[in-house]
Amino acid sequence: MNNKFGRLVSLVSKRGFSTSTCVQKGGSEEGLKSLNLCSAINQALHIALDTDPRSYVFGEDVSFGGVFRCTTGLVDQFGKKRVFNTPLCEQGIVGFGIGLAAMGNRAIAEIQFADYIYPAFDQIVNEAAKFRYRSGNQFNCGGLTIRAPYGAVGHGGHYHSQSPEAFFCHVPGIKVVIPRSPREAKGLLLSCIRDPNPIVFFEPKWLYRLAVEEVPEDDYMVPLSEAEVIRQGSDITLVGWGAQLSIMEQACLDAEKEGISCELIDLKTLIPWDKETVEASVNKTGKLLVSHEAPITGGFGAEISASIVERCFSRLEAPVTRICGLDTPFPLVFEPFYMPTKNKILDAIKSTVNY
Amino acid sequence: MASWLLGRSRILTHIKHLHKNLFFFLGPFLNSHGSCSSFPSKTIEPFKCRDAYSPTLFSFSRHESTKSEAQLEEEHDDTEEDHHQVIDFPGGKVGFTSEMRFISESAQKRVPCYCVLDDNGELVKHSNYVQVGKEMGVKMYSDMVTLQTMDSIFYEVQRQGRISFYVTQMGEEAVNIASAAALSPDDVVLPQYREPGVLLWRGFTLQQFVHQCLGNTHDLGKGRQMPIHYGSNQHNYFTVSSPIATQLPQAVGAAYSLKMDGKTACAVTYCGDGGTSEGDFHAAMNFAAVMEAPVIFIIRNNGWAISTPVEEQFRSDGIVVKGKAYGIWGIRVDGNDALAVYSAVHTAREVAIREKRPVLIEALTYRVGHHSTSDDSTKYRAIDEIEYWKMARNPVNRLRRWVEKNGWWSDKQELELRSSIRKQLMHAIQVAETAQKPPLVDLFNDVYDQMPSNLQEQEKLLRKTIEQHPKDYPSDVPL
Repeated sequence: MNNKFGRLVSLVSKRGFSTSTCVQKGGSEEGLKSLNLCSAINQALHIALDTDPRSYVFGEDVSFGGVFRCTTGLVDQFGKKRVFNTPLCEQGIVGFGIGLAAMGNRAIAEIQFADYIYPAFDQIVNEAAKFRYRSGNQFNCGGLTIRAPYGAVGHGGHYHSQSPEAFFCHVPGIKVVIPRSPREAKGLLLSCIRDPNPIVFFEPKWLYRLAVEEVPEDDYMVPLSEAEVIRQGSDITLVGWGAQLSIMEQACLDAEKEGISCELIDLKTLIPWDKETVEASVNKTGKLLVSHEAPITGGFGAEISASIVERCFSRLEAPVTRICGLDTPFPLVFEPFYMPTKNKILDAIKSTVNY
Repeated sequence: MASWLLGRSRILTHIKHLHKNLFFFLGPFLNSHGSCSSFPSKTIEPFKCRDAYSPTLFSFSRHESTKSEAQLEEEHDDTEEDHHQVIDFPGGKVGFTSEMRFISESAQKRVPCYCVLDDNGELVKHSNYVQVGKEMGVKMYSDMVTLQTMDSIFYEVQRQGRISFYVTQMGEEAVNIASAAALSPDDVVLPQYREPGVLLWRGFTLQQFVHQCLGNTHDLGKGRQMPIHYGSNQHNYFTVSSPIATQLPQAVGAAYSLKMDGKTACAVTYCGDGGTSEGDFHAAMNFAAVMEAPVIFIIRNNGWAISTPVEEQFRSDGIVVKGKAYGIWGIRVDGNDALAVYSAVHTAREVAIREKRPVLIEALTYRVGHHSTSDDSTKYRAIDEIEYWKMARNPVNRLRRWVEKNGWWSDKQELELRSSIRKQLMHAIQVAETAQKPPLVDLFNDVYDQMPSNLQEQEKLLRKTIEQHPKDYPSDVPL
């Protein structure tokens, strides 16, 4: 766990994100404020602590605001008994969170980087995920939300760049949620915190500062397990989540210049995922491309491909395409080669459409 | 040595001043260093000192090593020759020394274990203990007998193939029952799997135990887990899970919640000697100390983790010494002495709740039974050793002698109790065996609070398959 770095902001290259076409329910237009993703998370945490006295925020370095500053100001407002540092021990953080949640609290645990979540794997997979089921619904730790920054950041190398979502998508009993933008992040995080099931919430750390969006200031929630069509199209369906959506959107824009109409879907919740929305879209377009940063083999894209082939086989006009990370550890110098870039996606869109 | 004792006695005075009634609680701890030996020093055969405990690595004398191991907080005063100057490091001031001294791996003498009753059920001289009256004494003994009987019958029932698996508590009845007796029903228990006695004490019925082991429709766990994975919300007893030591950090979280809610209750968690090698044990100890959580760790050091003896598990003086490294109070107790376990847990509970702090209890005991019904422990340990613990050190017999000496128990009562428990169990098994299995829908629900669409779809598909191939599936599961 050494060598974690703090602020990333000034070093990263620009990677814009255009806002969603959809206004979230509950968010009144008057109360909009331009926020980056980090501040949106911070606002969600403020609201969560404010609206439920039995909610707690804890993890490594959260007290002073966290290495990404997502927990800034919380300790001042809610006190160090509800917002606190923990020892540097991920299995301890999650185990502690399970116990806290099992007593009827909202336990909001931060794992400093998704790359460091593995020591907590047993607690998540064998404990949190099975807590309700194994007790016959006598006990649950549904109040547990595990936040972890994930994904590429331009200079993170092996241990500050990983996208480990697929590991958790293989675990019945937990939910996996990844937001794409500030507005989504706030609404989804509040939903996760209040959902009666344990959730792993991966935050695209590349977007913490880069993605800025008009975010409703009030308390609102974005529903889980509901995908969103964020761009309508007729020639091909693109499915992704988190930071990758902005890359995919750029590919859609370029494809449009060449006369290809792409439909872009944000899955938002990876398990249990909204197959119906993807299915309906593929039934319309006849083609599917899935893209994620994680290595292609065994990635969640494989699950989406298989499910859609099962459901839409007769409607598919081309093989399902996956544009993902390579099957290597996440590299430092070679990051630009590893990444599922816009042009890799654009090429795949073209070859799929022209299949 | 003198300066070391000075430091110690100062701590002692301090604590005496703060909580007079904790004196006996700390007694055994102090005893370990021979500073006040009001307690008998017992030789514990299977836990006897090994060469590993003797100082072989370094040539420094034991006293020096031990001295530097002592808490410097108490020693940084000016009277100390070596510590009259201090350096202010993060975490506190530390005295410095010009001598290069390594801290030895363990103290010269092993930490003794706190005893109240000897093997004959006689009170050990000068013993400090929490009084146990007739009602409590008899209930403790009766429940130990009940647990013993339940174990022997369930073991046989498993051998007959009527349940798939079982784990006995043989030899550890005192840790089970006496620790439970010392707690309040409000205390939240996060068990390992060899503590059903706690649940028994709290009123889980024999019938409920049987239902769980048979995984029928009355099993609170809905037939989803192997036998012995009990759990009961009503009894504040979290459902057992098989992974080792995972419950320990959870207990810290539960304890933190109790503290924040201002409850007069603590969390209590159990594991075995093997469990202390897991990362979760260390995570939990450290979190508990830092979070100042009212949690009691009861570690059953029963000598064996399946086939691995403690000598191959750790090189420390057992478990109690590990608490010190984490800044946690600890006590080593004779786990086959119900009164000692009761007293230690009772006091630990008061301390944990009042002081908002964790306490570590190492109960030295012996796993007389096999690890489980899938194990034959004679393959890796001597039958003589098992017999010695089964007969000479039997915790149930020891408490029986004590209740009998008090005139609270007779042979007649003994016969009646054992025969009554046996009858109740046989009846309970018959009832449970005729009960239905849980319905098929219980396969799919409770994965989440509500059944998601993928599970609804899978349920539908499975039902269709069952219709087509009914013989592939057990007929006793209602569809």
